[in-house]
Amino acid sequence: MPGNVGRAMLGPFADQAAVDVLNHEMGTDRPVLVQYADWISGFVTGDMGMSYAYRSPVAPFLGTALLNSAKLAAVAFVLVVPLGIFGGVIAALYRGRPTDRILSVVGLSATVVPEFVSGILLILIFGVWLRWFPISATWADGAGPLTQLYHLILPAIPLVLILFGYIARMARAGMIEALDADYTRTAVLKGLSYPQVIWRHVLRNALLPTISVIATQTVYLIGGLVVIEILFHYQGIGSLIYTAAKKKDFPMLQAGVMSIGALFALTTLLADLLYARLNPRIRFGGQE
Amino acid sequence: MNTQTAAAGWRGDLRRLSRSASFDIGVVIVLFWVACALFGPHLVPYDPFADDLLNSLMPPSFAHWFGTDQLGRDVFSRVIVGARDILTVAPIATVLSTILGTALGLTMGYFGGVIDEALSRIVDAVLALPTVIVALLALTALGTSNITVMVVIAFSFAPVIARTVRSAVLAERGFDYVAAAELRRENTFYILFIEILPNVLPPILVEATVRLGYAIFTVATLSFIGFGIQPPSPDWGLSISSNYGLIGGGFWWTVVFDGAAIASLIIGINLIADGIEGLRHD
Repeated sequence: MPGNVGRAMLGPFADQAAVDVLNHEMGTDRPVLVQYADWISGFVTGDMGMSYAYRSPVAPFLGTALLNSAKLAAVAFVLVVPLGIFGGVIAALYRGRPTDRILSVVGLSATVVPEFVSGILLILIFGVWLRWFPISATWADGAGPLTQLYHLILPAIPLVLILFGYIARMARAGMIEALDADYTRTAVLKGLSYPQVIWRHVLRNALLPTISVIATQTVYLIGGLVVIEILFHYQGIGSLIYTAAKKKDFPMLQAGVMSIGALFALTTLLADLLYARLNPRIRFGGQE
Repeated sequence: MNTQTAAAGWRGDLRRLSRSASFDIGVVIVLFWVACALFGPHLVPYDPFADDLLNSLMPPSFAHWFGTDQLGRDVFSRVIVGARDILTVAPIATVLSTILGTALGLTMGYFGGVIDEALSRIVDAVLALPTVIVALLALTALGTSNITVMVVIAFSFAPVIARTVRSAVLAERGFDYVAAAELRRENTFYILFIEILPNVLPPILVEATVRLGYAIFTVATLSFIGFGIQPPSPDWGLSISSNYGLIGGGFWWTVVFDGAAIASLIIGINLIADGIEGLRHD
């Protein structure tokens, strides 16, 4: 990465000699490949280096940030997954009728509006005017889980809005495919009641593709966290990466981005395993 | 297909599209903002850059329809003129990414094998990170300007388009017209761009429209976090970022109209994309 680290830390008016000394101390005057080899060998053994900005190891910062972001993401997921699936199922059951049209236009609109726009509106309405929720997501030290949850509801809603459309759309498509399938007709013809057909035959098959969509959306969710965490002053992985980028704190930046990449690989793997577990047709050999 | 029937097909598509209310609404919204971007500076009542500190943070009134911001600048004028930068940066970025992604996708789909494998892994790597993070990294390294924002968005969107084009090309690859062109010993460039490209154009157009919506989303977001369009532009995302600290004091008009502008433009473009996509599935 270009940019003189010592210069960025000491400011434009610092003495060149001081900048050189600092660069030498931190090892940022060595060739790029040497620095890279040093960093990657440390990273795989859990040593993520020292933050330039805080002059202390990166790992504890990263741990706290990941935990905070995980809490926020968990609140968002717990809200959006049932909502999205419910929306999609309702739209599919009323296919082509006004309910379906309204749900799809609302879902599309919610999905495409940037998080900071919906976030600002939510802060204005529920934080400033109605005073129902705090406008900062950061709670006082030692706050209990319920207080933490209370602080996280407002920041989670923009993420819920973004994800709702995707999940509802997939759930709707899966439902429609399952409703049109031969096994559904068989179930109806053999005299099962409508709720029984939906519950026992349609839903199970319809929700499979939705699971993989939810997994791929985690990567967008993390992108959204950057904006939400800045807007709501929350110390998570998004604001960690943002602050590191602003301060040219490269060890912090690298550790943050690497952990997001790893997280993405992990969620994709988990989704594939879950998918195989729920769908016996693609389970891999060795069982029979 | 000869040109006459092709033209008739296009006109028929247009007629069917214009019957969809949501598509029409989308077109009206987008045309409105394009007009603001083109002619806005000549139409607005105040200079969007002129400070007037005596009249700062005035609520909406007859003199200032949308109120004034902390420097006393007229919010209405700034919202109208604010369409300019985003409607320059985002469409150019989209066109660049479409060209790049199409070239990449044609190559991957046509050659297959090792070339496809290698390029696919690069595509996967780019797609594993959120666009905002990729852009943040690249802009930290390259420095922020309208040009770098365009280039960064073009490169981070190209893989998605490449994927769409690749799968469309794979479907075309087996047709006789490709084999015929190969037998005629046409050069590869001719086969890719003159023979195959016209047949995969519809999915590319849909993808490009959808990407335009994302490009506007991304530019607005980057401007909001300070890595996009730079001051003193009246850009919407930028205005919100410099004013949202004030909303605790009840100065809602400094952010609400900019937010509504972003939301309406992005929804408009997606209504259009949705209409075109629906047409292809009928």
